[in-house]
Amino acid sequence: MSKPNSFSDRTKSFFAEIGDMTFFAGRFFRELFSAPFEFKELIRQCYNMGIRSLFLVTVTGFILGLVFTLQSRPTLMDLGAESWMPSMISISIVREIGPVIIALICAGRIGSGIGAELGSMRVTEQIDAMEVSGTNPFKYLVVTRILAVTLMLPLLVIAGDTIALIGSAIVENLKGDVSYTLYFNKVFDALSFSDVLPATVKTVFFGFAIGLVGTYKGYNCAKGTVGVGEASNSAVVYTSMLLFIIDFIAVFVSDIFFEL
Amino acid sequence: MNKENRKPVLELKDLQKSFGNNHVLKGFNLQLYEGENLVIMGKSGSGKSVMVKCIVGLIQPDSGSITIRDQNIITMGQKELDFLRTEIGFLFQGSALYDSMTVRENLEFPLRRHKDKVENFQGTEESVKAALESVGLLHAIDLMPAELSGGMQRRVALARALILKPKIIMYDEPTTGLDPITANEIIQLMRSIQKEYNTSSLIITHDVDCARVISNRIILLVDGINYAEGTYEELSNSSDPQTRAFFKN
Ligand SMILES: Nc1ncnc2c1ncn2[C@@H]1O[C@H](COP(=O)(O)OP(=O)(O)OP(=O)(O)O)[C@@H](O)[C@H]1O
Ligand SMILES: [Mg+2]
Repeated sequence: MSKPNSFSDRTKSFFAEIGDMTFFAGRFFRELFSAPFEFKELIRQCYNMGIRSLFLVTVTGFILGLVFTLQSRPTLMDLGAESWMPSMISISIVREIGPVIIALICAGRIGSGIGAELGSMRVTEQIDAMEVSGTNPFKYLVVTRILAVTLMLPLLVIAGDTIALIGSAIVENLKGDVSYTLYFNKVFDALSFSDVLPATVKTVFFGFAIGLVGTYKGYNCAKGTVGVGEASNSAVVYTSMLLFIIDFIAVFVSDIFFEL
Repeated sequence: MNKENRKPVLELKDLQKSFGNNHVLKGFNLQLYEGENLVIMGKSGSGKSVMVKCIVGLIQPDSGSITIRDQNIITMGQKELDFLRTEIGFLFQGSALYDSMTVRENLEFPLRRHKDKVENFQGTEESVKAALESVGLLHAIDLMPAELSGGMQRRVALARALILKPKIIMYDEPTTGLDPITANEIIQLMRSIQKEYNTSSLIITHDVDCARVISNRIILLVDGINYAEGTYEELSNSSDPQTRAFFKN
């Protein structure tokens, strides 16, 4: 892994990396469906990732709902459209802001964690040690982690969205005298199947992206402690970029399916 | 010992490996016989670790053959390779303990999938305890690797390498970085293991004392080939100055 210098070198290594990552993803799917399955480790990873991120997601979601509502209120009031508040807030949070913000937070939390953990295991030969002991480290470390994030992210997003809406309802209740019942009635009226389903499907892909990039970077980490930092850092950077690309594609596709 | 008419358990023939322009192994040959302690010596960076990693399939050699009990490991499928690996113990140069697991979990790890390969298996708990007992670290069973000293880590790693009762053990610099007393403890441990289980061992070391105490035979790895071969006495009294240089303290 030499350091790329010129622009053309960099572009080349960028595309080579995308190729490698595609290959890595292919291996994930192959090993996902072949025995033995590391079921216990999967459960442990799900639990860890869920628990470790829940607090962060809760706080972020709550503040998000609060701030978003406070910021939008004056504009909607000027337009005399206060009664639209719950539907506007809920649609924007559930469809777009919630999934993206929470996925970004989890990229920082989970993605970099996976990158650093697998990276240091690679550098200290723990991955080699697993291989030598007759356990497939790809199955044990990579498959379980990718699967765990893919399963947990949608749940975390749903939790975050819910908390955000509660935050928003509190503001509306205090500032606009809207009762909680009324607020949530309006929310449920506004949200339709075509809002919730694509948003949730999207988060599955977000989770997959976080897991894939994190494990890829960690598993192929360069030797030395610098390599570990690099792995965890670039896991976050690449994932964040990838999240927006997936988001764009998802919005584009769901627009075709649900709007026309 | 008349090795000539015994079959080697492990044989390397004309092993070659390069990393880009760095030609590390240029045709290395080796035979390890049953019950033997074979020491490999060589300068730092001469490719000793690369060589043992080729043997367990962590590094793919460019050419040459590796046979373990008449099975060619290079052309072997993943399943057979995993199976064969359970019969080989490997002590990593840096111990390579799983740092997110306790000592107990570290030792349980190889057993998860390969319990059935251990002869008269007594149960996971018993196996773990027996292995730790043999390295004198039973009291550390619930500690994390980070809570152990370097020497203790090396001993736990040794216990983990032995837990599947392998027939062949490879030690990559078992005593490097340890004080002479701890190093000697490890050497004695290796000897007692060899006696108890009648294993064949491949020991990589810089440590002349270690080589003297433990070796039945020594191979010098110089410039990517097996430069010289013989017992400790033969090599340390060799007429070749480059060979003798390895044994000067
Ligand atoms: N994965 C790798 N990629 C590229 N080069 C490597 C790799 N592993 C080892 N090398 C190179 O191979 C050569 C031999 O390394 P090796 O680790 O086998 O040395 P060694 O004999 O074990 O030395 P030491 O006694 O210091 O452990 C070194 O020049 C090293 O740079
Ligand atoms: Mg080495």
